Amino acid sequence: MPNTVFSINGPVVKVRNTRDFSMMEMVFVGHKRLIGEVIGITDQATTIQVYESTTELKPGEPVEGSGAPLSVTLGPGLLTNIYDGIERPLLDIAARSGAFIGEGVSVSPVDLSKKYEVTLTVHPGDRVEEGAVYATCPETPAIVHKCMLAPGLSGEIISAEPDGEYTVNDVVACLRTDDGREVPLTLLQKWPIRTPRPVSRRLPIERPLITGQRVIDTLVPIAKGGTAAIPGGFGTGKTMTQHQLAKWCDADIIVYIGCGERGNEMTQVLEEFRELIDPKSGRAMTDRTILIANTSNMPVAAREASIYTGITLAEYYRDMGYHVAIMADSTSRWAEALREISGRLEEMPAEEGFPAYLPSRLAEFYERAGYMVNLNGSEGSVTIIGAVSPQGSDFSEPVTQNTKRFVRAFWALDKSLAYARHYPAINWTTSYSEYLDELAPYYRERYGEEFLECRQRISNILAEEARLMEIVKLIGADVLPEDQKLVIETARLIRVGFLQQNAFHADDTYVPLEKQLGMMQVILYFYDSAMKLAKSGVPVSLITKTGISDDIIKLKYNVPNNQLEKLQEYYPLIDRKLSEVK
Amino acid sequence: MSVQILGLKEINGPLVVLDGVKDVGYDEMAELSLDNGTHRTARVVQIDGDRVVLQVFEGTNALSLGNTRTSFRGHPMELPLSPELLGRIFNGAGAPIDGLGPVFAEKREDINGHPLNPVSREYPLNYIRTGISSIDALVTLIRGQKLPIFSGSGMNHNKLAAQIVKQAQISEDKGEKFAVVFAAMGVKNDVADYFKRQFEESGVLERVVMFLNLSSDPIIERILTPRCALTAAEYLAYELNMHILVILTDMTSYAEALREFSSSKGEIPGRKGYPGYLYSDLASIYERAGIVKGVGGSVTQIPILTMPNDDITHPVPDLTGYITEGQIVLDRALDQSGVYPPVSVLPSLSRLMKDGIGEGYTRADHPDVANQLFSSYAKVQDARALASVIGEEELSDADKAYLEFGRMFEKYFLNQGFDDNRTIEETLDLGWDLLSMLKKEELDRLDGKLIDRYYNPQRAERFKTQG
Repeated sequence: MPNTVFSINGPVVKVRNTRDFSMMEMVFVGHKRLIGEVIGITDQATTIQVYESTTELKPGEPVEGSGAPLSVTLGPGLLTNIYDGIERPLLDIAARSGAFIGEGVSVSPVDLSKKYEVTLTVHPGDRVEEGAVYATCPETPAIVHKCMLAPGLSGEIISAEPDGEYTVNDVVACLRTDDGREVPLTLLQKWPIRTPRPVSRRLPIERPLITGQRVIDTLVPIAKGGTAAIPGGFGTGKTMTQHQLAKWCDADIIVYIGCGERGNEMTQVLEEFRELIDPKSGRAMTDRTILIANTSNMPVAAREASIYTGITLAEYYRDMGYHVAIMADSTSRWAEALREISGRLEEMPAEEGFPAYLPSRLAEFYERAGYMVNLNGSEGSVTIIGAVSPQGSDFSEPVTQNTKRFVRAFWALDKSLAYARHYPAINWTTSYSEYLDELAPYYRERYGEEFLECRQRISNILAEEARLMEIVKLIGADVLPEDQKLVIETARLIRVGFLQQNAFHADDTYVPLEKQLGMMQVILYFYDSAMKLAKSGVPVSLITKTGISDDIIKLKYNVPNNQLEKLQEYYPLIDRKLSEVK
Repeated sequence: MSVQILGLKEINGPLVVLDGVKDVGYDEMAELSLDNGTHRTARVVQIDGDRVVLQVFEGTNALSLGNTRTSFRGHPMELPLSPELLGRIFNGAGAPIDGLGPVFAEKREDINGHPLNPVSREYPLNYIRTGISSIDALVTLIRGQKLPIFSGSGMNHNKLAAQIVKQAQISEDKGEKFAVVFAAMGVKNDVADYFKRQFEESGVLERVVMFLNLSSDPIIERILTPRCALTAAEYLAYELNMHILVILTDMTSYAEALREFSSSKGEIPGRKGYPGYLYSDLASIYERAGIVKGVGGSVTQIPILTMPNDDITHPVPDLTGYITEGQIVLDRALDQSGVYPPVSVLPSLSRLMKDGIGEGYTRADHPDVANQLFSSYAKVQDARALASVIGEEELSDADKAYLEFGRMFEKYFLNQGFDDNRTIEETLDLGWDLLSMLKKEELDRLDGKLIDRYYNPQRAERFKTQG
């Protein structure tokens, strides 16, 4: 007897009296063949969450199993593409159903007709293990795609086609497994999204993910293979920060997940990335990017899946030996999707209506990050940077608090900084990074002790300012002694001249570590020189009157990234201007 | 019409349950005929085999288990669409209430709409001049944007919305057609009248489509009101190539209706009793703003919401802010000191303005001036905080200058009349006049060239003589 729909409640559909489905199996629901996933089984009813709108679905319509868990297709053609939460290419959907997304559209995630220039890396008779690369092809001008044996497959190659042009479904080689099965190898493989792809082992974290954003690289760095959260109320610049990181961080591949966010923002990412040039490869940013856009008005169940789809794609490229960074904007929307579906299932809610399994789901997600030795021996990493949108800008809410337990870098965005248009509005006192100690050897190797020392002094001055401002708020700045006034003035230079960074300025939008160090040195040189004057009783107001503060603040614009020697001009300038005082 | 089903199984608030129903789709519409000859409309909200739960739009008063017959229409709720919509007035569920008879439909559309594919969206770039300095300069409205007004009870958000409608249409040129879709959800009768009168006075009434769900009307209709309005807006924008400004007021009443409905269904509540899907639900409304590639029209939304107890962290403004592209926040203190419009500058924001202002759009110096005004006004707040502790006399000269700047900024820049329609040049020049009150060194967001060109302490003289 064919299985049919029994009950419908929003995206949750139930089928009665069947033993045909397995947990997490992907199913097709109704005449429109809506995509769904089995999320609960009892002997009476199988519960399915449907990834598309169930409007007009009727009881009695057929439900058909696919025999496999919800999986993504992996192969060349993923890069430069834009997908919805269950890996359906939005461009092809637009071509099929017009500007508005219809239901039951079934399209292949990758272009099936495109021919790739494939080079075979195995020969008949080769013994190959799981994860081994058997063919490569240039996927985009910047990235070479490596086709790997799916985990679990190993054996002997019994035939291999010559190098040449193949589509993704062409068989390029054939494998005989140890138990004697013959497996034709194409350029594609499938992987279930909720299962992490296996690796050989985890490596300790020791390399930073350079972002070119001063406040991050210097004060609260993130490591390759690390995890970071960006919590912030609306309007504090979460999305801007994510965009900046996606554009400039030194990962090889970016997976950008727009999870339950604004449609116009995704359009902006699309347009901007197409025009932007990656400084490393000299190619368009889109060549190294996969976008997943499940905007807030798209079906909520697919929003829940989008995070897993994204991380699975990321792991696939990690297996090829690339460094991948995932931007998930925003994980709160994903948590809300969990809550929404949990509510439909009438599960017992925990805090604020979120299901009790929220922390374990968050942990599962963030633990898929890491710096790994892959099955094929190559090294790659997945770095996760998740935005969090706390309700009412209250960091004590469950998503922020639970996320905090599973990430090691925490970049707290601050409303008052954003109101003063201080961007990026990362609060330097409440943010932290646990990666500092692990990354210290890297900085030490490149820049000696200098970088870390400067960093420590900068953060001390900021901490000192925070302490002094408590006093200033009560009694005004005038009563402070001159040396403390200088601390406040220097902290202002650090805030405005160093921490503030202009994403729209050609040179300031990305700043290499060398310049970051140089800027710190100039500011600290000013601080030390001026401190001598201040200690000898020279009023700080006279020092600021020379306009030297202004010069230092504008340094970020006036020293281009490729002319760092100009930094040296600031030392005599500071000496000269300070000698005018007295 | 298909089979009629006699009687009901269960009545619970706005919901009724029917047994033995076959071949009914999720979200399908139904009609309940009472024995006394009246009709009510309902929608399928849940199906369990042959047991179907319906929500009745007009409420379940006078329904009994025996006195109704239910028939199903075989399709979800649709709105009849035609160019004749313009100038008409409908109730919250899309039925005409102006006595001019039904709309002759050229086509019908599901009011829930379909999500707009992100790849088919065009990124909004063209700014809409509202003639209001605080908005044009600091929270620029862009065509295709959703920019809500966060207000509180008793503040004049309606007046502001009416002024935006009145002045925004004037900047329309190049033969582009402009129309307003107005959706009132749970507003007082007087407020609906006020808007009607304002539309009449500014001569746009024949280009307005009104959907009115007053505070005494059924809450289920209130949940449909914005969807009907946006379906009409999308039709006018994407099929008739018009530029549509949608005013949705008051979104708080809408969310409360949703909460009432959700609790009557026995759903598990989220924060403050609002359903867990409030975010997705609000998004399904707000995300219907935008521009479609290759189509002439656009849908711009100005939702108005009153923050209960002026609390911006209340779930409705909070979730709205996460979906919309910025917000215009009104401030009670400014309102009480007689400043109109009482736009609270610092928490207000337009996310799309950065790409729609400056050279080629407004004026080259616009981004920097806006930035500097924000930054200087933020310092005004610091100075005020300090002054409230140590007294104004004890402040440093720089802080005193900021206090003065703040006063003049509020008096001349923020404050403007209901009929005062300022050009963008006037607004930006006014900004420079005010910035010229400050010392040159204080202007840390402006580069030297701009300062040389515009900065001139003489410009600020007039504030001193009047100050």
